Amino acid sequence: MQVVWDYRMLLLQGVWITIQVTVTATMLAIVLSLLAGLARQSNVWLLRTPATVYVELFRGTSLLAQLFWMFFVLPAFGVSMTPLLCGVLAIGLCNGAYGSEIVRGALRSVAREQREAAIALNFNRFQAFRIVVLPQAARIMTPLFGNLAIEVMKASSLVSLITLPDLTFQARNINLVHVVTAPVLIVVLLIYFAIALVISGGTRGVEHALAKGRDRLAA
Amino acid sequence: MTPIIKFEGVTKRFGQTVVLNNFDFIVAQGEKVVLIGPSGSGKSTLLRVLMTLERIDSGMVMVDGEALWFVRKGVDVEPVTESHLRHMRAKVGMVFQQFNLFPHMTALQNVASGPRYVMKKSKAEAEALAESLLRKVGLGDKLASYPARLSGGQQQRVAIARALALEPKVMLFDEVTSALDPELVGEVLDVMRALSSERALTMLIVTHQMGVARALADRVCFFEKGMMVEEGPPEQVIDDPVNPRTQSFLRAVKLT
Repeated sequence: MQVVWDYRMLLLQGVWITIQVTVTATMLAIVLSLLAGLARQSNVWLLRTPATVYVELFRGTSLLAQLFWMFFVLPAFGVSMTPLLCGVLAIGLCNGAYGSEIVRGALRSVAREQREAAIALNFNRFQAFRIVVLPQAARIMTPLFGNLAIEVMKASSLVSLITLPDLTFQARNINLVHVVTAPVLIVVLLIYFAIALVISGGTRGVEHALAKGRDRLAA
Repeated sequence: MTPIIKFEGVTKRFGQTVVLNNFDFIVAQGEKVVLIGPSGSGKSTLLRVLMTLERIDSGMVMVDGEALWFVRKGVDVEPVTESHLRHMRAKVGMVFQQFNLFPHMTALQNVASGPRYVMKKSKAEAEALAESLLRKVGLGDKLASYPARLSGGQQQRVAIARALALEPKVMLFDEVTSALDPELVGEVLDVMRALSSERALTMLIVTHQMGVARALADRVCFFEKGMMVEEGPPEQVIDDPVNPRTQSFLRAVKLT
């Protein structure tokens, strides 16, 4: 354990990068999920088709390969990005593709009767979506987006392979120098686990706030 | 008598099933019409067409002097636009069997939503209107309750208030007491009875409960297989039906 203590600053720097990647990539993934999920429901093929292509492409290929593509191949075409940007983009794009299915499913799960009530109240389509459908779908999406955030956090360790010194990267470096595998990796696992706990706690908080009127006693 | 609703040769199919068959129907302004008949006879579809929840395949539907689904342009018949549909929906309100309240809104918010978002009233104005309507249906003490905390009868009364908030000329009631426990039917029926004293309001009521029909109807129409088989005042159609199919339907209903 002495090694862990000696390298605590390095590990903390790694944790900071892991958190940065996780938070930004999760936000990107959620935004893309919403856009792609909505576009795939659209009647306009000009929206639907690109969204479908995006989802199938990024869901159907390996995240690591996407990451390597952005980092090693794109520069050959004149597009070079920092490792952090590459990591956030690749992880965000890939998980946004998965997330779009969450959005699609949640929107579909709002009962047809709710949409009919909105029509009977003479809401226009946008109002029906914003006032009736989205708030109910959000409640279904929240725990699933929490899951997605945890997936993003776990995937963030891949950025260690494109030179980004995240938690995993630092752990491997320490290990290379000192060959004390077990204590370092135990600490690393615990840190990932702690971040996941924070995410699920936050998700439950949001869920609770959105559940008003359903499970809680009304005021 | 000014007709407020007019069906002319309306046909509606679901796949191979014909739910409305070359159907003619006229309702006078302020009339309270109760539609009875076996399930699948087309009576609910009639309401859903008026609420623009179902399209028709052919024929003409007029509400308040304007065409609902198709407009005659010279010799042609053209489908109407979304903006025309919204204009027409403002004339009609509907209450559903399963209440269909918005679960994430309080009773007050449910009722205020129409005035607020559709009639563009201020929040305070919309909520004041909603409050007075909820008081009218006997729910003045449930303004802040979410639907999940209300009984079926209370939810249905909120739904009636919500539909009334938009000041429709026609109110459609689609089996509004069918999903309720028997002891809760009365409170909803009381609200509907009070409403039926408003002379200008036209009411179309689909029900399986003859008590509802008796209490509210100026006219009872018996439907079967997309056609109106018999119509007349409630005492005639319910107590002394002429048509043998009406007779056998009513015998079956009264047994339950």
